[in-house]
Amino acid sequence: MVATANDRAPGPAGSGLNDDIGEDKRLALYRSQVRLRDSEQRAFDLFLQNLVKGTSHLSLGQEAIAAGFAEAMVKGDLSFCTYRGHAHTLARGVPVEKVLGELMQKDNGLMRGKGGSMHLTSEEHGVMGSYAIIGAHLPIACGAAWRAQYRGDKDVSVCFFGDGTTNIGAFHEALNFAAVWKLPVVFVCENNLYMEYTPIKDVIPIPQPAADRASAYGLERILIDGNDADIVYRTAQKAFARARAGEGPSLIECLTYRHSGHSRADPAKYRPEGELEEWKKHDPVKLYRERLKQFGVKEDVIAEIDASVRKEVDDATEACKAAPSPPLDIITTDVYADGGWAWRN
Amino acid sequence: MAEISYRDAVTRGIAQEMTRDPDVVFLGEDVAKPGGCFKATVGLYEQFGGVRVRDTPISEQAILGAAMGAAMTGLKPIAEIMFSDFIAVCFDYIANEFPKARYMSNGQTKCPLVVRTANGAGSRFGAQHSQSVENWCMMIPGLKVVAPSSPIDVIGLMAAAVRDPDPVIFFEHKSLYNSKGDVPDGEILDTLGTAKILRAGKDCTIVALALMVPRALEAAERLRIDHGIDCEVIDVRSLVPLDTKTILASVAKTHRLFTVEENPRLCGWGAEIVSIVADEAFYDLDGPPVRITTPHIPLPAADIMEDVVLPTPQRIMETIKRSLGA
Repeated sequence: MVATANDRAPGPAGSGLNDDIGEDKRLALYRSQVRLRDSEQRAFDLFLQNLVKGTSHLSLGQEAIAAGFAEAMVKGDLSFCTYRGHAHTLARGVPVEKVLGELMQKDNGLMRGKGGSMHLTSEEHGVMGSYAIIGAHLPIACGAAWRAQYRGDKDVSVCFFGDGTTNIGAFHEALNFAAVWKLPVVFVCENNLYMEYTPIKDVIPIPQPAADRASAYGLERILIDGNDADIVYRTAQKAFARARAGEGPSLIECLTYRHSGHSRADPAKYRPEGELEEWKKHDPVKLYRERLKQFGVKEDVIAEIDASVRKEVDDATEACKAAPSPPLDIITTDVYADGGWAWRN
Repeated sequence: MAEISYRDAVTRGIAQEMTRDPDVVFLGEDVAKPGGCFKATVGLYEQFGGVRVRDTPISEQAILGAAMGAAMTGLKPIAEIMFSDFIAVCFDYIANEFPKARYMSNGQTKCPLVVRTANGAGSRFGAQHSQSVENWCMMIPGLKVVAPSSPIDVIGLMAAAVRDPDPVIFFEHKSLYNSKGDVPDGEILDTLGTAKILRAGKDCTIVALALMVPRALEAAERLRIDHGIDCEVIDVRSLVPLDTKTILASVAKTHRLFTVEENPRLCGWGAEIVSIVADEAFYDLDGPPVRITTPHIPLPAADIMEDVVLPTPQRIMETIKRSLGA
């Protein structure tokens, strides 16, 4: 069962719409999604120009999840991302230039080229790392939540991962651990239907990879439309309130679809014909633009957002193209806390 | 001053640090109410309460992952992995997460934690509960690795490990838990990356770690009494950082090097020390460096077999005597 946009509360009289989110937040949700879409599309274009090196895993089509959760977070809340983490990093307010710079392996990158696209980290924005070993960050998010519980801090640790992660041991260890210790952590499964190249349905004995496992940990079964930012936002708010109240973790499965392949090397030819086109009818950015219009937002307001986002991405692209490569003298810095790499005297 | 066991020194070291710093927390399987599988943490739960001393499920990845997340956000966790062999089931954190977070984030992420674990043979537990795996950790840039051999070192190095801003893997030796030593009253704080010369000598240098330290000392005493050979015995204590200065200075004086390692032959820590000495002190040597190790086999369980494969004082003594032509 997938929740729909307007099943939570009645909207303004006669509109059939639920206006609990409010215009400011709605515009923020739209801006965020457009920013993620344009940045990821730009990353893809730059890859085709051989300017993005190494690998990259795009979130094209999955923007509503990153935007919805980030807009529900407050300063101090912590994000733990996967290698498909550009969108989650940007959604917490990290400048586009910092992310594109890291993808282009330039000195202006978030980690000056020492991490790469799979490890985006910006602690000042609450982005506590992007983890490229499947499942590793679920226990780590538990630890951050344990610190909050221990100190009485009110922040929530939010851990994003894909459907494929639900088959690895660390997922189950973390879910059990978080539930037993009642930790303020929210686990977000982005089910984009493919673990990598293999359909997730081929490798699980149940219909839904995360939602159908929640009961094993005493958690509510939560399955939502991950392409509708309003639904994502409301679900996030509810889970965060539960976490802050000391009522323990949540596991949320968001149904979505990635428009591109698993990684830059993947043309995604394993997808059945017409599937992508069908999902593109439910494109989160397109859907949300229509939503704004339904709420009476003027075309020029939407156009202004589109233009300002485009300018940020264009400016970031130019800055990254002009930026130098990182200096080689940072190769041996920050191995240890003293700033260096000495393993002997 | 009091004589205490290596086992009780573990408890005292942790208690000293938990008393000093409220950010120090301790988690692991059966460590709180039961006091640990080896009874090395008895009383901590009663002294510090269940909020700071916590039993976990049998979930080694959750234990180490949680320790890392807590460390990244301000706590100073001590995590127990019951047997060091079990590091293999949570090796992602040891190999990929703890040691690389700071580097990959260009210095943003910190990971000040201690993983303490019962290492080594002598309990007749067989091949999956008896290994010496300190070399598994030594090879990973970003980790620090210590293995004390005496109660006073357990306390001092535990304190140093807890206060260190980097991830430290702390190997306790199962067969040393019952051993005893004098420990002064009051706070004890040692320094990571320092070897200790436990016995001065002029004829050869023996470098040992953990359970091999008392065995090397016993061999040295018998070599002196029976053969008049004067051995210098160094307890490495810390594999990373490695105190190469103490080792190189000793070799410059004695001109011969022996390492005594419990780990199986290939890629044991002694190989790295021999390599450093060969590179940097080749002309100080009067003969080839010699590694005394457990053979390259899984450990057998039966007592008579386990006793044969580990380096014994007898084998150390005979190897040194033969090598020196005495």
